[in-house]
Amino acid sequence: MASYIGTATSRVDGHAKVTGAAKYAAEFDAPDLVHASVVSSTITHGRIVHIDTSAALRVPGVIEVLTHEHRPHMADNDAGYHDDVAPDGTPFRPLYDDKVRFNGQPIAVVIAEESETARFAASLVRVEYAQEAHATDLERERDNTVALADDTFSLTPSKPRGNAEKALAAAAVRHDAEYRIAIEHHNPMEPYASTVIWQGGGKLTVHDKTQGVQNVQRYLCGVFEMPSDDIRVVSPFVGGAFGSGLRPQYNAVLAVLAALAVQRSVRLVLTRAQMYSLGYRPESIERVTLGADADGTLSAITHEAIAMTSRFEEFARKDTIWSGMLYTCPNTRYAHRLAPLDVNTPCDMRAPGAATGVYALECAMDELAVALGLDPLELRYRNYSDRDQLTGAPFTSKALRECYRRGAAAFGWEQRNPQPRTMRDGSELVGWGMATGIWEALDVSMAARVVLTANGHAEVSCATSDIGTGTYTIMSQVAADMLGLPLENVSARLGDSTLSHSPVEGGSWIASSVSNAIAATCAEVRAELLRLAQAIPGSPLAGAGPEGVVLAQGQIVSKADTRRGVTIADAMRLGGVDRIEREKTTDPRHDESHARNTHSAIFAEVKVDEQLGVVRVTRVVSAAAAGRILNTKTARSQILGSVVMGIGMALHEETVVDHRFGRIMNANFAEYHVPVNADVHDIEVIFVDEPDSIINPLGIKGIGEIGIVGVAAAIANAVYHATGKRVRNLPITLDKLQG
Amino acid sequence: MSTSEHSTAQRLAVRLTVNGILHELTVDSRASLLDVLREHLDLTGTKKGCDHGQCGACTVLIDGRRVNSCLTLAVMRDGAQITTIEGLAQNGELHPLQQAFIDHDAFQCGYCTSGQICSAVGLIAEGKARTADEIRELMSGNICRCGAYPNIVAAIQQAMRQS
Repeated sequence: MASYIGTATSRVDGHAKVTGAAKYAAEFDAPDLVHASVVSSTITHGRIVHIDTSAALRVPGVIEVLTHEHRPHMADNDAGYHDDVAPDGTPFRPLYDDKVRFNGQPIAVVIAEESETARFAASLVRVEYAQEAHATDLERERDNTVALADDTFSLTPSKPRGNAEKALAAAAVRHDAEYRIAIEHHNPMEPYASTVIWQGGGKLTVHDKTQGVQNVQRYLCGVFEMPSDDIRVVSPFVGGAFGSGLRPQYNAVLAVLAALAVQRSVRLVLTRAQMYSLGYRPESIERVTLGADADGTLSAITHEAIAMTSRFEEFARKDTIWSGMLYTCPNTRYAHRLAPLDVNTPCDMRAPGAATGVYALECAMDELAVALGLDPLELRYRNYSDRDQLTGAPFTSKALRECYRRGAAAFGWEQRNPQPRTMRDGSELVGWGMATGIWEALDVSMAARVVLTANGHAEVSCATSDIGTGTYTIMSQVAADMLGLPLENVSARLGDSTLSHSPVEGGSWIASSVSNAIAATCAEVRAELLRLAQAIPGSPLAGAGPEGVVLAQGQIVSKADTRRGVTIADAMRLGGVDRIEREKTTDPRHDESHARNTHSAIFAEVKVDEQLGVVRVTRVVSAAAAGRILNTKTARSQILGSVVMGIGMALHEETVVDHRFGRIMNANFAEYHVPVNADVHDIEVIFVDEPDSIINPLGIKGIGEIGIVGVAAAIANAVYHATGKRVRNLPITLDKLQG
Repeated sequence: MSTSEHSTAQRLAVRLTVNGILHELTVDSRASLLDVLREHLDLTGTKKGCDHGQCGACTVLIDGRRVNSCLTLAVMRDGAQITTIEGLAQNGELHPLQQAFIDHDAFQCGYCTSGQICSAVGLIAEGKARTADEIRELMSGNICRCGAYPNIVAAIQQAMRQS
């Protein structure tokens, strides 16, 4: 039987993307479409006293200027602004009232016939503010924090294990340090944008950049108190998101407001600078202490995280939890505190909580290895745990040992001279570092719809997203395999709120969830085909049960005797049906009997110019254990991209705020550095075999985030090995190495 | 024409040959070539990533050279020959770079891809890049946030071998 699962299948949407045919949110057109431009606040905290829109309104071509005082109706209660993944608190209401809660907050929208006019007129809106004192500096507010609520998401372990203080006091070797991660912005290449098509009769189609069309649809219906049938949200292509599109963004609200105000179709595109007024990875300070016996056996781990959030919502992720579960250790303690600041609420960014928390833990492990005089890899082996240390449960699968072994072999780790500053390449110091990665492997409830037609074509659909991860492709592969059809006979649809149920696309849960939903739905299609085939007089499949047949090469055949079969076309024709349509919703059970995680081992080589402090990451080996890999080509790309983002986190990325004004100073690609082509050299991706018959029927874990976890630590550890200097404050810029 | 006290807008005529087709347009003098392609000619394959010449998503070929179309006012290019991503495939057959990008999975979200491919067409025509390091350096004006750089380099190398 032809099989696509597990192969290096090229993206099914590749042709559309290389020819420019793929349409993103700002690229849908409509008759009489007008353009909207956003005016952003220039203060950080206070009140709008007056907005003078007269000059803007005088510009020919300007149709309307909306402000909190002059706009269509919006809901007046928090519930209307709640979305599926909102943290606790009071959701931000764009253009709702005179309060300014963060710098860059949208405060007016100019609507004009042409985009140039809208943008120019936006510059003429004059705002008078009453400013109030603000605080945006986490370091200054670190003692002004609130404890993380004992909440439903289990963001921090609920209780300590053993007695960490006592164990630390008795430890032969101790390490205690604080690690810092700067604010990072996702900076997807596509700016956030919404094109609202005015359908007439009060109905709107919203082309939106999002990771969750149904989340945005429900949210907009709440904000505008509109019936569900009146708003459809569509997003077939998303130009990157990395978590920034999990929650609905203010551009969608403002574009709908504009459409309702002028009763025409509207396009609203944020500028790159305005992208920095959306969510971000919060700055955090992570203190890790480790205690160990002289042989490297861990006796104590404590992890205290302080992270920023907004004044109006409590955003937090599981920074400390990884320290509690990764290594065998009898005594642990955790604390997670939040500093509310005058900023917009942070949001999920690739491996939220793990990219930061595991960075701190894995740098601390490296420092402990140095203190012990032990190879850092050996220290991991000595404290390896086959069980989730938090719960004591075994893993559904955990091939981390194999990641260490194969990653180290591919990298040549055994050649490492443990002494810092001993390896050189000409004028450059060479450093080798390693780290462990861990992430969750979750399944969520999803509904997949499959329509099989008698001509042997199938359409598989679901309201999920493909943000570049390859969802279209894996949906097609799974459906093709399950229905026994060639890939070209299968089409996949997603990114439309009218399709079958999907939660937001994040957390690395979509690949497994949608694949298992497709498999379950295809099983129903197969059962129906079997029923039809068995209704044929003298059916060769008489007596066969649903599990006794498979679909292969356009036929339904007996597993026991593959010569006994009926073509799909015959079964449907003789059964008098021209299509079989099924939709099934999965209900994955997350019992407590097993832990569900992906793991990785990252090995990094850096070369550091001794005079200038310039760091280059010349080699990375990432070995991942992530269950069954659906598509080795797109999966490799996910890990590659994660490693690149990890290089950015380690060396480049930092959103810089001038705390006197509470304003971001580098809201552009020239000054917020993301890795460019010249920053990226050899990256080798290894997927170790990790069969998993427990986690879900197809044994899939998801790989969107595991690739970034540990990368910054491996690089930071390599920089230490190269230079002998430990920088505990990301990004490791040359000034920190020189200082 | 606008007479607003603040506005400096004028509407000007411009002739642009885009993908072999001559367009005689009247555009806002402030309109970038990028916005004219996207908003007036419905050629949305060329992308707006930053509008400041910092990301390369808007790269097109003007008279054979790669240019950031967001930093180019449309009226400055009167009479120019412009090639966008929509103009690279010939008779339904993909340009070798387009095929190489698919083969090597040189993109994920696809938003920088048009710019990467147009930039790579320009790069190959320039003839300066021979090694992988030279490709990396000379393609560094095109940001890919999905981090497909190793695959982009591999795709360009494949196309260079073919050309």
